[in-house]
Amino acid sequence: MRKWRCVICDFEYDEALGMPDEGIAPGTRWEDVPESWSCPDCGAPKAEFQMVEVAQAA
Amino acid sequence: MSKLLPGAWRDGKRYLWLLGIAAMALPMIGGLLAEHTGLSLFWWFTPLFIYLGVPLLDALVGEDRNNPPDAVVPALEKDRYYRWAVYAAVPFEYASLIWGAWTAATQTLAWWEYLGLAISVGMATGIAIAIAHELGHKTDPFEQWLAKIALAPTGYGHFYSEHNRGHHVRVATPEDPASSRYGESFYAFLPRTIAGGIRSAIAIEKARMARRGLPFWSWRNDVLNAWAMTPVLFTALIVAFGWKALPFLLIQAIYGFSLLEVVNYLEHYGLCRQKLPGGRYERCQPTHSWNSNHVFSNVFLYGLERHSDHHANPLRGYEALRHFDGSPQLPNGYAGMILLAYCPPLWFAVMNPKVRAHYDGNLSLANVKPSLRARLQLQGAA
Repeated sequence: MRKWRCVICDFEYDEALGMPDEGIAPGTRWEDVPESWSCPDCGAPKAEFQMVEVAQAA
Repeated sequence: MSKLLPGAWRDGKRYLWLLGIAAMALPMIGGLLAEHTGLSLFWWFTPLFIYLGVPLLDALVGEDRNNPPDAVVPALEKDRYYRWAVYAAVPFEYASLIWGAWTAATQTLAWWEYLGLAISVGMATGIAIAIAHELGHKTDPFEQWLAKIALAPTGYGHFYSEHNRGHHVRVATPEDPASSRYGESFYAFLPRTIAGGIRSAIAIEKARMARRGLPFWSWRNDVLNAWAMTPVLFTALIVAFGWKALPFLLIQAIYGFSLLEVVNYLEHYGLCRQKLPGGRYERCQPTHSWNSNHVFSNVFLYGLERHSDHHANPLRGYEALRHFDGSPQLPNGYAGMILLAYCPPLWFAVMNPKVRAHYDGNLSLANVKPSLRARLQLQGAA
């Protein structure tokens, strides 16, 4: 499981946790997060603004 | 509408955006008028124009609810013209500051003329924070540096970090120092937002530097490197023109950042995001910012008043910001609303009913001043 960080505001998406509030189940891989999804903190779109990979599998 | 080809739509405001550059030159225009007419009043030209002329023009010219069709937005955002229309404002901001420092230090001015000059330049450097704002949202390093340069005259370099990583994340929640609360006057909000913004910026940079394995005291620290520009700039101007420029520099800086803070005050007054079951706040929607479509003040501020779309879609360029029917609307542009904010009883009389109407009378959904919240809950329980 990996984490991805928003380059604009530092929000972290953790694949292990997903975003259950937004219908993204725990364990959802970054590739499977919908392209229309955007950073829940600052709104940076997934498609236009990359998140940086911060941690590789444990 | 959606069938329109990109080429068929014309941006009616394309050349009006250049007025944002003219706004930076207002203090020099005032100085020229004062010199040629001999009337001292013209040292106050900028505040007079902004506070009397702009609200009047906003009322006369009215609103523009026109949105660019979705099909043209990508082309609009790729058009470099709109970026250059912002870059060009920064040299004019510096021209006004340098001219102002020279005038303050070397010309014989009565104290009220000196004060008028400092307030006039402070309005330009304060409005320039809106320019820094437009630049600071971009990921291009040139624009990020230009944002810090535009902030240096007001000493508000930390805005660059705090705005994106602090304010945008916590906007319209009780945790955000830069979101004003229902029942909070501008004068109560001002010290809270100044201190809270600095504290938040330092915490954000501390965490960011630690994550990169760098010490806090480093040139890579975005708060420190942006702040450092201000003493360098002020020292250079004092060395060049003399000590008499110092009060001018301080007055324009304080007035300038206070102008930004009064704009912060009116952008989210009383609006609140609700907490989700998981403990996070709901996403920022257009309904979490006050919007204004008044044409005249919007072109001065690079569309900043279309604030609802900006917070919901912070990477959208100013030229592509949209009006949403569902977002709460301010009754005038920012210039007129600032005058109201300076006079709390008038502000409360106009805006409190609007907040209540927005939440259908249910103030428990609003961002309410804590002491007032306690009193309202007591009333509810009785």
